[in-house]
Amino acid sequence: MLITPTATPRGTGRVKDTSKGLRAARRSLRRHWQLHLLVLVPLLYFAIFKYWPMTNAVIAFKDYNVVDGVWGSAWAGLDHFRRFFDNPIFWDLLQNTFLLSGYALVAGFPIPIILALALNEVRQRFFKRTVQMVTYAPYFISTVVVVAMTILFLSPRLGLLNAALGWVGIDSIDFLSQAEFFRHIYVFSDIWQTTGYAAVIYMAALAGIDPTLYEAAKVDGASRLQKIRHIDLPGILPTATVVLILGVGSVMAIGFEKAFLLQNTLNLSQAEIIATYTYKIGLLNADFSQASAIGLFNSVINLVLLVSVHLIAKRATGRGLF
Amino acid sequence: MSAPTIERRPVKGASRFGTKTQRANRPVRIKERGVDRVFMVGVYILLTTFLLAVLLPIVYIVASSFSDPRAVSAGRVTLWPVGFTLDGYIAVLSDPQILTGFGNSFFYTAVGTTVSLILTVALAYPISRRDFWGRSFIAGAVVFTMLFAGGLIPTYLVVQELGLLDTRWSLIFPQAIGVWQVILAMAFFRVSIPDELYEAAQLDGSSDLRFLWSVVLPLSKPLLAVIALMYAITQWNSYFDALLYIRDPDLAPLQIVLRNILILNQSVTGMDAAEMLRRQELADLLRYSLIVVATVPVMLIYPFVARYFTKGVMIGAVKG
Repeated sequence: MLITPTATPRGTGRVKDTSKGLRAARRSLRRHWQLHLLVLVPLLYFAIFKYWPMTNAVIAFKDYNVVDGVWGSAWAGLDHFRRFFDNPIFWDLLQNTFLLSGYALVAGFPIPIILALALNEVRQRFFKRTVQMVTYAPYFISTVVVVAMTILFLSPRLGLLNAALGWVGIDSIDFLSQAEFFRHIYVFSDIWQTTGYAAVIYMAALAGIDPTLYEAAKVDGASRLQKIRHIDLPGILPTATVVLILGVGSVMAIGFEKAFLLQNTLNLSQAEIIATYTYKIGLLNADFSQASAIGLFNSVINLVLLVSVHLIAKRATGRGLF
Repeated sequence: MSAPTIERRPVKGASRFGTKTQRANRPVRIKERGVDRVFMVGVYILLTTFLLAVLLPIVYIVASSFSDPRAVSAGRVTLWPVGFTLDGYIAVLSDPQILTGFGNSFFYTAVGTTVSLILTVALAYPISRRDFWGRSFIAGAVVFTMLFAGGLIPTYLVVQELGLLDTRWSLIFPQAIGVWQVILAMAFFRVSIPDELYEAAQLDGSSDLRFLWSVVLPLSKPLLAVIALMYAITQWNSYFDALLYIRDPDLAPLQIVLRNILILNQSVTGMDAAEMLRRQELADLLRYSLIVVATVPVMLIYPFVARYFTKGVMIGAVKG
């Protein structure tokens, strides 16, 4: 930090017994009051839209009613949690959530790596750029449109897939109304949408590999495959570890949007996950306390998962995620 | 990375592996070139598969959107329009519900992006400054919201309490700041605005806000553009908040209209087949055209984000 003679705080003599931190605070507030004022506005945003809801989550332990409000409603202890755990749907929801996100994680993990490794081999710039731009594009298409495209693509009447099945003599299948197809549809449309995006981070890791390694490998007469095996893969290993760990840490945070849009009454037995169930209980049934309890349960599990994978990562690689 | 290498040197009349003397003269023995060639063919086949897997569904949608309604309904369109028409687009552009959705989405995107950008800079710049007291506390409080959230209903209650339900502001404020964008902006300010600039400005008597406005922001144009485009695309594509907070169909953003037309109608599969065949055909066609029209704005701007985004990720990766 720059300390010019003119900027020496005048009051240092008086506060010499207090901690250094307090002095720094006073100096910062005096010299940078504009910045402190500026930061107040976004802080207000976080207080209102992020921290206030956390205090509102207390209704998970209360019998919320509109008249008494959040703090006036009577306490209910752990009743809402107990009600949720005793509900036979609880285990279905847990299983559906874990299976869906676990499947998405496992199936979606290697494909971007393969794409990035393959792209990294190509020296023909036009082809490389084209593949990169095209595979990246679906990431920017909205969830609603991707789901609509999936539905059209799989439709028994209009869809291309059933037309193709028809050519090889297979009767058309209504994929969306059969629960056992739900996870595959979810995961494969996800892979379609995010592979190009996910490959970017591996491309960056590959670009960061020391070029002398390749030159050395060339001198030793390594084939391209050997270079991938002994240079590229070790080079992206740290990145891949972080991506995988983050994925494991967020299995419970799987998004509401897509699952909700792909749901219909026929595939609900596999398509109902915690996030969509919370929405239905809370906004459609207006059972605010129960929905908050489920949401809180989900958030806590999520936090525990994230913190534990962080600690595991720290122990395994010597550095944490954050 | 690979400068022209020895193996590429074209020699007339030589075999693929060069003549014997040439091979002997090479400083480097290149082994298994045949294997590499086979490998590269495999790589190109693999990448072409990736390319087609992404491209074909899109081509199918676009081809259908320009086709004859009857051909679409009968499922006869594959990768090229059958009986070229613009009926689908005419139907899309004459639907008042869709046009309202478009107008609303433009509004939400323009206003939302502006608000988000201002708030993000107002947060990221101060905490990027080393001499700003409380920066680690603020950064911690911000990052914590990524790890833990109050949840759906508690947030809904806040929006309700503030009287924002069923107003346009309910789609602007609750998601105004993205933590990821704040981190990106903070890292950018820290790396690319040297302390010396601030010291020089301070000697000239510039205040913090003046410095931010006249020095930092002009130097950060690429960053501001990326963050703005990220916010714009997110806002344009989102539907969840509107599902929660908006009842009035006049305020519905495009994605909600899309959901009503594209997805909710879809579940009505047990429809009487004899009923209004022609309207059914047009409704089928309209779906394809609507998908195209709703996605074109994003596809027009994404190459700009993609370029910067890739660059940003790479800088981050290289500099650690």
